[in-house]
Amino acid sequence: MNILDILLQQSPALIVATPLLGAFLTPLIGKLGYNVRNIFIIIILAVTAFLVFLLASDVFSGNIHTYVFGGTTSTVLSNTVIRILFEVDGLSIFMAIITVILSLAAVIYSWAFMREETGQDKYYTLLLLMTTGMFGMVLTGDLFNFFVFLEITSIASCALIAFWTHKAKAVEAAFNYMVISTIGALFVLLSIAFLYGKYDALNIAKLASRITPVSFSFIDKLSLILLLAALTMKAGIAPMHMWLPDAYGRAPASISIILVGATQASLYGVFRICFTLYGNVIQIPEVSLGWIMVILGLITMLIGVFMAMIQIDFKKLIAYGALAELGYMFLGVGTGLTILSNPQLSLASNSFALQAMKGGIFHIINDALDVGLLFLVAGAVYYATKESSLNNLGGIARNMKYTTVFFLIGLLAVSGIPPMNGFASKLLIYESVYQLNPILAIIAILASIMLLAIMVKVFYSAFLGPKIDRFQDIREAPKSMLIAMGILASLIIFFGLFPDLIVNTLVEPAVKAITHPTSYILWLTGGV
Amino acid sequence: MFEQLLKTFDTGNGYWNPLVWGFAFLIIFLIIYILRGRGNPSYKRGTEQTKVFLSGNPEYENKELLHVKASNLYWGWVESTKWVINTLKKMHTGRANDYILWFTFMIAIFMLLLGVI
Repeated sequence: MNILDILLQQSPALIVATPLLGAFLTPLIGKLGYNVRNIFIIIILAVTAFLVFLLASDVFSGNIHTYVFGGTTSTVLSNTVIRILFEVDGLSIFMAIITVILSLAAVIYSWAFMREETGQDKYYTLLLLMTTGMFGMVLTGDLFNFFVFLEITSIASCALIAFWTHKAKAVEAAFNYMVISTIGALFVLLSIAFLYGKYDALNIAKLASRITPVSFSFIDKLSLILLLAALTMKAGIAPMHMWLPDAYGRAPASISIILVGATQASLYGVFRICFTLYGNVIQIPEVSLGWIMVILGLITMLIGVFMAMIQIDFKKLIAYGALAELGYMFLGVGTGLTILSNPQLSLASNSFALQAMKGGIFHIINDALDVGLLFLVAGAVYYATKESSLNNLGGIARNMKYTTVFFLIGLLAVSGIPPMNGFASKLLIYESVYQLNPILAIIAILASIMLLAIMVKVFYSAFLGPKIDRFQDIREAPKSMLIAMGILASLIIFFGLFPDLIVNTLVEPAVKAITHPTSYILWLTGGV
Repeated sequence: MFEQLLKTFDTGNGYWNPLVWGFAFLIIFLIIYILRGRGNPSYKRGTEQTKVFLSGNPEYENKELLHVKASNLYWGWVESTKWVINTLKKMHTGRANDYILWFTFMIAIFMLLLGVI
């Protein structure tokens, strides 16, 4: 067994342990100086990225990778799972890739963006803890573990949203987020307790194998509702989204981009619950969640675009745009679930259900890149001008040429304009949703047009227009910020130009993972 | 690998190949660029035709005033959809208790839809 095999074997644990170790070492390394600490953090995340891609190469070749804590291979003792384990399938690793890209971009961006701030050791410690929590959420195969990592992510996020403590609105947004997160997490814990009480298990695969149409009862339904409500709220799905624009808008730009990943980790939770945990019972008519997801997706995208239209604050406008994008993911995956959970529909319908799911899942990574880039641009504009109100901005394209180009790329991508990545995923969603109901596709296209109009408004009011005296001497964003934006912009263009490659390599294994939950369940239980 | 990069993306109901479209657009832009390069013979620099037209009003000395502010953009759209926007604004109070109320409301909706109550 060579070193790569050992690393691969241990990778699920190392992906979580590396940033966790980095988080606790950061205050110590920080004593050695600003540059040493920042290089250390970038190395930590680069190592994590290496491990994620190493694990991805194995998972994408068709394996489900399990890691047992405190044991070797045996996890089932007399039909009971006695150890915590990580179970990594196509969807888990897909989310881990998003997490590592966003975290790495955020850390590189922070090098210059946070340079003048005090309390940077705490900032980086919390940032790495947040990353740890997100990795844990998407890699774990244990429901209680999921709750623990959800809490780690929430607590670190909350502190980072309020990082600029001198801004009252940031503190208020963090307080609201804390209330929402705590209530949501308590409901998750309550539903886990219900399931544990009934099935004597916390392992997701084990529980999924026991939740069957025969055993399905009031308790299962109640747990499903509580999990669904809490995680959709954490994922920022309307009408429980109100915390999201405030949190995204008031946090430093480098944190907003990771918050996008944290929100998506909760979205992953929703999908894992619906497709894996309750995978055996989704065809029960009472558990028809597909249409609920479709309607919630539509409401989310409409509220997002209407509210974005009237925003004047740069980052808050992007935040409402991000909300609308979340609606597309729910719409795509909801359409897939509606078809798959209806046994009366033909096989032909199943194929467009899979296309819808591909669109929804592909849109997750596209949204992370597009919205992430726009947040970084908003941060760069704030860094240069110290101004966040679009009413007071104008003509900055003259002095910030690269930032302007990055904004244009983000604008085109988020609005689904070809040849950017957003177009490919939205095309998949439109075409498949149209077959479920044409009106849904029309609304989705209209929302996308509105999103384009909103982003054009930002482009015109902030970047175009005559020279403004106050901004005559502003300078382009520092190199580290440009590099971070450049990484995301390059990925957007690459994903946009080669959608077939991305869908086949990254998206299809993720879709397969949620549409074929039996492989996830059987890997652990062997069909017990 | 290279072949896979050039592969057309099958969306299930159609096809999308950004490289082909990109190439087509490149040719179109080249044609436009060549046409533009030929110039417009009726264009006369420094005459009335090159001045900004503001409904017949004189142009501001201070160019900054010419910039339409973000809150004035799409004024017509915002006015005509005020009934929606005002309703949505009322929802976004910024108070945590209201957020929890929406959460409770959604749990009740889920319970109704999934037949718990």
